[in-house]
Amino acid sequence: MSAQAATTGPTTTRTSGAVVTVRDLTVSFATDAGPILAVDGVDLEVAPGEVLAVVGESGSGKTVTAKTILGLLPETATARGAVVLSNKAGTSESDVVALSRSQLRAVRGTDVAMVFQEPSAALNPVFTVGWQIVEGLRAHRRVRRAEGRRQAIDVLRRVGIPDPETAVDKYPHQFSGGQKQRVVIAMALALDPGLIVADEPTTALDVTVQAEILDLLRRCRDEFGTAIVLITHNMGVVADLADRVAVMYQGKVVEQADVRTLFADPQDEYTRTLLAAVPRVGGGVVNAAARVEARAEGWAEAAPVVVAKDLRIEYPGRFRKPAFVAVDGVDLSIRPGEVVGLVGESGSGKTTIGRAIGGLTPVTGGSLSVLGVEMRGARERDVRPVRPRIGFVFQDPASSFNPLLTIAECVAEPLVVHGRAGDARDARDRVDELLESVQLPRSYGDRYPHELSGGQRQRASLARALALDPELLVADEPTSALDVSVQARVLELFAELQRELGFACLFISHDLAVVDLLADRIAVLYRGRLVEEGTSAEVLGAPQHVYTKQLLASLPVPDPVLQAEHREELAALRA
Amino acid sequence: MARRLSWGRLPVVHQLRQSVGLQRGMLVAGLVLTALFLLTALAAPWLAPYGFSQLRSDGVLFGAQQPPSADHLLGTTVGGYDVLSRVIWGARTAALVIIVAIAASIVIGVLLGLVSGYFGGWLDRVLVVVCDAVYAFPSLLLAILLAIVISGGQSDLWGGILAAAFSITVVFIPQYFRVIRAETVRIKAEAFIDSARVIGTPHRRIMGRHVLRNATRTLPLIVTLNASEAILTLAGLGFLGFGIEPTAAAEWGYDLNKSLSDVTSGIWWTALFPGLAIVLAVLGITLVGESLNDLADPRLRSRRAAAVGAGEVAETSVVPGGTLTAGPAGLDGLEGSGTLGDEGIEVRP
Repeated sequence: MSAQAATTGPTTTRTSGAVVTVRDLTVSFATDAGPILAVDGVDLEVAPGEVLAVVGESGSGKTVTAKTILGLLPETATARGAVVLSNKAGTSESDVVALSRSQLRAVRGTDVAMVFQEPSAALNPVFTVGWQIVEGLRAHRRVRRAEGRRQAIDVLRRVGIPDPETAVDKYPHQFSGGQKQRVVIAMALALDPGLIVADEPTTALDVTVQAEILDLLRRCRDEFGTAIVLITHNMGVVADLADRVAVMYQGKVVEQADVRTLFADPQDEYTRTLLAAVPRVGGGVVNAAARVEARAEGWAEAAPVVVAKDLRIEYPGRFRKPAFVAVDGVDLSIRPGEVVGLVGESGSGKTTIGRAIGGLTPVTGGSLSVLGVEMRGARERDVRPVRPRIGFVFQDPASSFNPLLTIAECVAEPLVVHGRAGDARDARDRVDELLESVQLPRSYGDRYPHELSGGQRQRASLARALALDPELLVADEPTSALDVSVQARVLELFAELQRELGFACLFISHDLAVVDLLADRIAVLYRGRLVEEGTSAEVLGAPQHVYTKQLLASLPVPDPVLQAEHREELAALRA
Repeated sequence: MARRLSWGRLPVVHQLRQSVGLQRGMLVAGLVLTALFLLTALAAPWLAPYGFSQLRSDGVLFGAQQPPSADHLLGTTVGGYDVLSRVIWGARTAALVIIVAIAASIVIGVLLGLVSGYFGGWLDRVLVVVCDAVYAFPSLLLAILLAIVISGGQSDLWGGILAAAFSITVVFIPQYFRVIRAETVRIKAEAFIDSARVIGTPHRRIMGRHVLRNATRTLPLIVTLNASEAILTLAGLGFLGFGIEPTAAAEWGYDLNKSLSDVTSGIWWTALFPGLAIVLAVLGITLVGESLNDLADPRLRSRRAAAVGAGEVAETSVVPGGTLTAGPAGLDGLEGSGTLGDEGIEVRP
């Protein structure tokens, strides 16, 4: 391999005016478990003013490729190949892989800039945003104070920060998440680079905010002529923004095509699977109809397993600040065997409701009755008898297992705690059965949680939740930490088990398309209030509340042609 | 299951295999010195030519302040003891004090930290304040006070060892308390504790099975660092005259104290060897502790550089010790539809 490296050294030939040309890039990392090949012979090219989306699932090497463009690889990485970067005017070019540190500094910011995933982590909390923008300018040229401030205000105005003259003196915490991301984009645009590398720029944001940031990035391309390398796992975002798409899998680019061609006629097998796995709004109508058909007579009259009446949950404020109201007067009921989807953005109180049903968060007002037990003011002793009848699946599969216990021991915990088995070994038969029901081989019981992938862990989590045959399952964003193809499989399995075992379920998610696949009824939460509730067809087909309409319109459709129309709808709705 | 129980996963052995270069050198040097110290302590009766309180052999006095000779390889002290024997026997005293002190402070500190961190509330607040107060005392002063309280100034072997050990324990408990409490508070917020709570696991089981086992990760590190501190405190106590009587046990600090006047009169052997013993023992244990500290932190741990284009494309998103945000963690990829074989799981070398 090293002999090959000598022949494919840095190239100097001028390439058809591309802002960046990546040629035969190979990156390896030294890890405790030996070297790992993250990027394997990648070729990419980005033309000026073009948006190239690099798509792939976690570990596909997309972020590493992006970081190489800025020379941001950690010390444990070794890179081979060429990343030829030219400036916006096309007058100079340099091979990032071969540059020294000081040369790299000169290139960063002026030729290429980066927009990070988590805007609150990318901004320094102790400096004003104006200072941070000027800092970027100062790194490259001498700037007078007044001049720097003027430029900072100018760039903030251009990214759509309201009242930039006062905003320039504010600190990052005074902005909302979406505005913070605008500031980060402003910092990237400050030196007018030819290329912006945006690493999952909207993943940490809510859908409605995501739509705004995508609009802004589109404007960067149209008004500033900046090329963008967009790293994302979200096919909707790709359809919305990208001109060209490169699909990465196992460190290789498996397919590269124009966005419309790729969505209309994917060539590679992996691309096809990936696209098929993306959940779409409207895909669940058939499932829901089938479930309604299968219901027994008198189902609607059966006593609900969960009844919330004017439910109110407050978190006590600190230092005499008023309490934070997370849930404010919610009425909700879940009937036996029914899947209720709870949708909302971050801070809407959806997780709080789920935790209150599981007895993890105290109810402060109204009434919440779970399987006949009133949760308001309930003590652990009162709740304990119904615990075995409630299952819980948590969001993060990485942390919801005790890392020191094997999967079998983890799954056996509920059985042991409730005295159905003496110890984990005793419960092994039942555990094996459970693992098989979630389509994990029995042998996985002897593995430790970190030895399983995210999707496998989430399935084991489902097995644990179902160990005691619960009547009610609370699933809190069970798939949001998973890759889209893995998510598809987990959801499929979930629907199947629900059909077989017939438990009632509160399915919490921020993703309307995911909820649509599973839920009989959907409840939409907005700032702690229930703004809309109805069957999936009602809520998604003919939304009544303005917020629901916005939520639906903000959700990018994984199809570039439809998304273009969809975008106009959203613009009309906002106007 | 055999793979998991193999010796490669034991705390120190695991780090030794993980280390490279200078870090490995430091760790190995530390381990050798520590092993030497422990072996000396264990085999003192066979290694030492004389007893620690022996003044005469065959009825003949050794004589005071004799220079090194064939009979007394390292000479004799002002009190007429054999220096070599006292140094060797001293290792045994030091090791005993370390073991008792650390065992006691771990048990008490961990228990208090666990309860305090898990339940919180007023108990937690009181304990934290008490520990802060202990921190505010000069540790040696506290140790002296306790030595007087426990032994009343009189000390036989076990009385002296226990006095020294417990006075060190009081100083150490806050350290274990704080570490375990902080870890407990962190772990309490993890999803697996929530998932234990929703199935109705009793508090005692959550603390023992889920919290404690995950909170003890940093203990080996503190133990090694504390062990060296314990030797210094013991030597300090002995040096100040609050240690163990020479007839009850050999103690390096006491010997150093008695050799103070020798140094000015050109008698070097009585001070040098006990001093050297303290330095080497502390150095060895500190090296182990510091190396473990560096190796425990992925950012400080040095690795062999990966060759250009080397390595396999990983198959899963799991890397032992956590996923790297940089993304080389591997592929989650598409999970095979239907059958799930052993592929898709990273195999450790």
